[in-house]
Amino acid sequence: MVKIVVPVKQVPEVTEVRMNEETGTLIREGVPSILNPFDEIAVEAAIQLKEKYGGEVTIVTMGPPQAKDALLKALAMGGDKAVHLTDRAFAGADTWATALTLAEYIRKTEFDLVICGKQAIDGDTAQVGPELAELLGVPQICYVRKIEMSEDGKNVTVHRGTDEGYEVVKAKLPVLLTATKGLNEPRLPNIMGIMKAKKKPYEEVNIQTLGTNPERLGLKGSPTQVRKVFAPEKKKGGIKIDAENPAAAAKQLVEFLTKKGAI
Amino acid sequence: MSLIYDRDTCTGCMLCPKACNFGAIMKDGDKVKFDFDKCVLCGSCEEVCPVDAIKIERKKIDPSKIAEYKNVWVFCETTGGRLRSVALELVTKGRELADKLGERLVAVIIGSDITGHAQTLVHHGADEVLVVDAKIFADYTTDAYAIAMTSLIASRKPAVVLYGATSNGRDLAPRIAARLGLGLTADCTGLEIDEKRQLIQTRPAFGGNIMAEIITPSTRPQMATVRPNVFKPKEPDTSRKGKIEKVNMQVSPVQVRTRVLEKVSEVVEGMKAVDEADIIVCSGRGIKDPANLELPRQLAKLLDAAIGGSRPIVDMGWLPPTQQVGQSGRTVCPKLYFALGISGAIQHQIGMASSDTIVAINKDPEAPIFSIADFGIVGDLFTVLPEVIAEVKRVLDSR
Repeated sequence: MVKIVVPVKQVPEVTEVRMNEETGTLIREGVPSILNPFDEIAVEAAIQLKEKYGGEVTIVTMGPPQAKDALLKALAMGGDKAVHLTDRAFAGADTWATALTLAEYIRKTEFDLVICGKQAIDGDTAQVGPELAELLGVPQICYVRKIEMSEDGKNVTVHRGTDEGYEVVKAKLPVLLTATKGLNEPRLPNIMGIMKAKKKPYEEVNIQTLGTNPERLGLKGSPTQVRKVFAPEKKKGGIKIDAENPAAAAKQLVEFLTKKGAI
Repeated sequence: MSLIYDRDTCTGCMLCPKACNFGAIMKDGDKVKFDFDKCVLCGSCEEVCPVDAIKIERKKIDPSKIAEYKNVWVFCETTGGRLRSVALELVTKGRELADKLGERLVAVIIGSDITGHAQTLVHHGADEVLVVDAKIFADYTTDAYAIAMTSLIASRKPAVVLYGATSNGRDLAPRIAARLGLGLTADCTGLEIDEKRQLIQTRPAFGGNIMAEIITPSTRPQMATVRPNVFKPKEPDTSRKGKIEKVNMQVSPVQVRTRVLEKVSEVVEGMKAVDEADIIVCSGRGIKDPANLELPRQLAKLLDAAIGGSRPIVDMGWLPPTQQVGQSGRTVCPKLYFALGISGAIQHQIGMASSDTIVAINKDPEAPIFSIADFGIVGDLFTVLPEVIAEVKRVLDSR
C-alpha cells in the first residue's frame, strides 16, 4: 500500500501561444489548456506504482476554476481522488507561494511519495517540486527517469538525470520525486476512464478550509514580483541562398562566418 | 485577489488595456473591467495608470532588514573535481554586479579536493572565495549542499546569490530558497542592478514567447539561477589577488537522506557537452541514417564543436540524450549553431533560438528554421555539407 500525492498544473499549450506584434500582448484566445506534459508523466508513474504495489493516488492542483479539466484528465488516467485548491487569494503566487499553498494541504494528509513533473511548460522554473519537498520536510530527487520500489515498500531506488548522464540514487520514504521524459509514456484516458473520473471524489479547498493566513499566500505572500513583461527581440532570418552550386554556396557561407568571427 | 480597482478614480483613459500583455482588461462602458482568470498580477496596468486607480497589494518590505545584506555571491559548481564552465561565467557577471553596487564578489565552492580552483576564481574576478572542501561533498547531494549553503548565507547575509541553471543548480537553489523563505528566479538570461540597488532578473517564459523582468523587493538575499553560456567568461588576470577562506563545515552522513549508489556517464568519449560548447553541429531527421552522422562529426571535429541532435534523432537512439537540443532536451546558446536537416519546430527553436549565429541547411525552402537562421542554404544536405567541410578545412588550414 503506497499513498502517492501528485501535484499538477494546468498550462496553456505554449507552442501555440503567440505574441500580437502590433499590441505586444500575448494571444491566448483559442490556445488550448492542457495538463502539463511533465505532470502527465508523474501521474502515469504514480498509477503504475499503485498497480504494482496497491495504494492510492491523490491528484492536487492549485488553480482557477477551469483547472478542474486538468484534474479530471488525471482522474481519467487512473488517479483515485482530486483536490482543487482554488481561491482568489491564491492568485499571483510565485513558486514559493505556490509551494507553500500545496504544502499547507499536503502536510495534513498521509503520504509515502509525492511525484511532481520536472517543470511546468509555461513557467519552466522547475522550482515548485524542490520547494515543496523542503516545506514538507522530505528529501527530493529531481529529473527521475526510472523508479524502483523495494519489496517492503520502504525505499525507492531511482535514476536521476544529470548533465552528464544519470545517477542511481536511493532514499527512504517519504520522498518527493520530479518526473522527466523517459520515465514512461503516459496513457491516454479511455472512455471508461473518462466516465468514471466524473464520479471520483473531488474536493474543493478555499482559503478558509485551508486555514492559512492569506498574507502568506498568492501575490501578497510572494517574494518575487513581475516588474515588466515584454516581447523578446524576434530573431529575423538573414541570408538565404539556393545551393544550385554547392561549392559556391559553401564558400559564401564560410566567408560569412569568417567575417562574423564565428569561426 | 490583491488587485484593487477604484472605478470612481478611473478616468477611462484606456491606457491600461493596451499595457496588459494578457488581454485581461476590457473596456466597460466609459471605464474598464478586469478578467481575473487571465490576470497574472504582473503590475503593467498599475505602472501605466496616471491617476493611481489600480493598486496591487504585495508583500510588505522592511527596509532596515534589507540594509543588513551586502555583497554578491556566486555558487561555483564542480563536477568530479572539475570546475564547470558556468562557474567562470557567473564570476564574470557577478564581478560586474558587485562593481555596480560597490560591494565585494564572493565565490563559494563546495566539493572534495577542490581547493585548487579557488585561485582560478580569484583570477576571474572574485574578491573572496569561500571553500567548503570535505569528503561528504564529493558527490552532489541536495541535503549536504543545502546545509552548507544555507548556513553560510544565514550567517554572512549576502545581498545577491547566483547559481548556474544546471541540473544540480536548479535542484539546490529552490531547496535553499524554501528553507530561508526567499524569492528565486529561474534560468535568467539577463541580470542588472537598478537605481534602487535591486537585482533585475530577466527570464524567458511561455516557451520563449515572452520575457519577464522579475524583482525580489522584500527578501534578501535576492537569488537567481542563471542560464549557462549566456554570459561569456573574461580572460583570467593572473595578477589579481583575493582572500581565500577555508570554511569548516560539519555535515554528518545521517543528515544526507539520499545515497548516490552509482554514477553513469552517458557522455560518449570525445563528445563535448552541448551546454558548454561554443559551437554546436546539430542534426535532425534530414540526416536519414545514423551512419550519415559521420558528416556532422567531421565538421564538429574541425571546429572543436559539440554534436547535437533534435528530438527524433535522440528518440531513435542515434545520439545519447545528453546531446539533445530543444524543449525536452538542453537549452543552448552557443556562438555558432549549425542546424542540419532540422525543420525547426517551435519545440526545437525554444532550445536554440538565442544562439549568436545560426546556420541552417535544409532542402525544404519553407522549413521554419530559415525564419531564424542568419545564413540559410536551401539544398541537399549530402551534397552541400561535404563542400562546407572542405571549405572550412581550407580556410582553417590557411590560417
